[in-house]
Amino acid sequence: MPLTPVLTTRWAADQSWRLSTYERLDGYAALRTALSMAPGELVTMVKDSGLRGRGGAGFPTGMKWSFIPQPKPGEEPTGPAAMPKYLVVNADEGEPGTCKDLPLMMADPHSLIEGVIISAYAIRSHLAVIYVRGEAVHAHRRLMNAVGEAYAAGYLGTDILGSGYDLELIVHAGAGAYICGEETALLDSLEGYRGQPRLKPPFPAVAGLYGAPTVINNVETLASVPFVVRGGAQWFKDFGPEKSPGPKIYSLSGRVVRPGQYEAPMGTTMRELLEMAGGVRPGHQLKFWTPGGSSTPYFTDEHLDVPLDFDSVAAAGSMLGTTALMVFDETDSIVEATLRFTEFYAHESCGKCTPCREGTYWLVQILERIAHGRGTAQDLDILVDTCDNILGRSFCALGDGATSCITSSLKYFKDDYVALLPPEEQSRLGRSLHIEPVGVAS
Amino acid sequence: MSALPGSPEGTAITGLDSSPVDAAALAELPPLTEQTRVEAREIIGRYPVARSALLPMLHLVQSYQGFVTPEGVALCAEELGLTKAEVGAVATFYTMYKRRPTGRHLVSVCTNTLCAVLGGQRIMDALSADLGVHHDETTADGSITLEHAECLAACDYAPVVTVDYEFYDQQDVDSARELVAALRRGEKPTPTRGAPLTDFRGISRQLAGFSQHPDAAAAAAAVDAPGNYEPTLRGLRLAAERGESAPPMRGPEREPADAGEPRETVRPSGGTGESPGQEAADARVAAADTPAEKAGAAGSHPDAPEPAGRRLPDGRKGTDTPAGQEPGTSGQGPGGSARTIEGRGPKRRK
Repeated sequence: MPLTPVLTTRWAADQSWRLSTYERLDGYAALRTALSMAPGELVTMVKDSGLRGRGGAGFPTGMKWSFIPQPKPGEEPTGPAAMPKYLVVNADEGEPGTCKDLPLMMADPHSLIEGVIISAYAIRSHLAVIYVRGEAVHAHRRLMNAVGEAYAAGYLGTDILGSGYDLELIVHAGAGAYICGEETALLDSLEGYRGQPRLKPPFPAVAGLYGAPTVINNVETLASVPFVVRGGAQWFKDFGPEKSPGPKIYSLSGRVVRPGQYEAPMGTTMRELLEMAGGVRPGHQLKFWTPGGSSTPYFTDEHLDVPLDFDSVAAAGSMLGTTALMVFDETDSIVEATLRFTEFYAHESCGKCTPCREGTYWLVQILERIAHGRGTAQDLDILVDTCDNILGRSFCALGDGATSCITSSLKYFKDDYVALLPPEEQSRLGRSLHIEPVGVAS
Repeated sequence: MSALPGSPEGTAITGLDSSPVDAAALAELPPLTEQTRVEAREIIGRYPVARSALLPMLHLVQSYQGFVTPEGVALCAEELGLTKAEVGAVATFYTMYKRRPTGRHLVSVCTNTLCAVLGGQRIMDALSADLGVHHDETTADGSITLEHAECLAACDYAPVVTVDYEFYDQQDVDSARELVAALRRGEKPTPTRGAPLTDFRGISRQLAGFSQHPDAAAAAAAVDAPGNYEPTLRGLRLAAERGESAPPMRGPEREPADAGEPRETVRPSGGTGESPGQEAADARVAAADTPAEKAGAAGSHPDAPEPAGRRLPDGRKGTDTPAGQEPGTSGQGPGGSARTIEGRGPKRRK
């Protein structure tokens, strides 16, 4: 597939983050169109476009919007339908490997803001909040500036562009907690609490921010909306497979010649993307990679031709996640890599539920002793067993995600673990392997 | 974040009156003033529910004192009508709220997997040796607090180091050592991406939603500062080189946006699409937008045909600057009316 810059198309323009540039490059044209439509029509259009959430789960965006209870014509609204609606933007990018939303907000913050206004209008919301990761001060700065510009130009505030529609937009900085990327933890954090996930149901669509109906969408998802409006639902389907169409920002990092952001249709393969990025560094071979960040099971060189869209990646045993393609070669230790990721999950576990809090802690202990040559023959089974007791038994997806790298590394590279065991432990397994130690510090 | 047993974080430093910081150090801090309270109330005014202001308020008190002190906790509690324990519970959950005095600059080295394999761990080890401090410790001269950081969402620029959260990209041991040495000499090397370096307190002020700059011109300059964004722009430039672009948009509004009156784009057929109710809003919404999820959560219901053609050579490049051109430094805003971060929070909800 070719490169298809859509979301990234303005990024190289001079001062691309300024309103004047954005307006010159068709910015806010979609908003004018949207405001001339009925909110319900926009919801239908986004449904028809097939746009699926870019934050990792791939939930159909238009369908999510349609879950917001709305007053019925001619009836006095009651319950959630009578409450204010909120749009919350998940800009808490922090999944290891993921690095698409911050560049987007740096280079083209107005595309997010335009998407927010259109989407808020579609769900009949008058208050939207962008929850930006606290460490992302560079993106926060550009976003604050862009929001100020948008207010001054009448794109935000009261009676937007004379339409009678009002919207306030708040930029809210987080304070360093990966878990706040989980949507209900994000809501708790935004309400001024520790960022811990909520039990569902009720779902945010019914009882979200301040207990009112709330849509939470990822940055890239919302930035796609103005293009859907401008190009039309059918145009959006020109990109990639029918069931998960659209342009997608693929983030390549690690052992490639030219790491960076590559926007191509959904369903582009790793083989194609690697070629764009100049391949694996000279003299080395791909060993393992993640299709969508550290929470998605590893792939290997067997998976280079899997179309990178939600359904194809799932069918191949992993998850598309955030299309964060971290590339590792034969000099990188799969056990060390897995240990590092697991340390991350142990650090970021919010502590609310036992399987995740205790499980990630013990997984680190076991992986550490294996990595340092002190593992036992039993340890590999204990790893699997511990993962089994976390996966599907945790309060939120953080616990599930923590097991992905362990179970998939054992599936594809069990020998790498065995080779790190002391000889006597290996012999219990009937094995005798040796690999040169390669560490992250080498 | 949950602290591992035996780790420094595990020692229940609550930021409350049991704070381990000794009394002498606390006595040296600038006190929080009426101005701090005025700003705290301004933050509260941004939100429909007061407590939402707590995180920005903690950034605010940290911007005055360099960490979240018992006095800062008390101020937040008083202004929001919470107990100090409630505020302390929040302050101790988040990594960016420091519980002990910080140095003038906070140096964070990403040691998550990808940065680590590309040299981040070596950088952390070298800096730790140079400075004589470990994770979350401050040099005796008060110039630097060193920490290892989790993924900073800059993997295409790996390995990265941040100072007061401003990025220094594609570092190696030598460049990072030189960076830190310069900081200790009181210099402020220019970050790779933009804004001039200030300090930890200044950036905390920005995170509270206030300008850390003396005037609007300085704030605009920080927004517009040039940087090196090579990895960010690689795909875009490669597309230009190859003459590849997105399929053309259909519909009458296609070209110049100057006609301020774009027509409607393809109107979908079909009804309002408003649908199911709560029962539909079930298990699958649960999945949305979380870090790790079942990817196949639910198929949309595409009833439209898959169109053909996707490659087309061009047309669209006209609006972009030529490859190689970096963002300019002019700093002029749009029509001089730029509302910058300066003194502005979103208006209060009515």
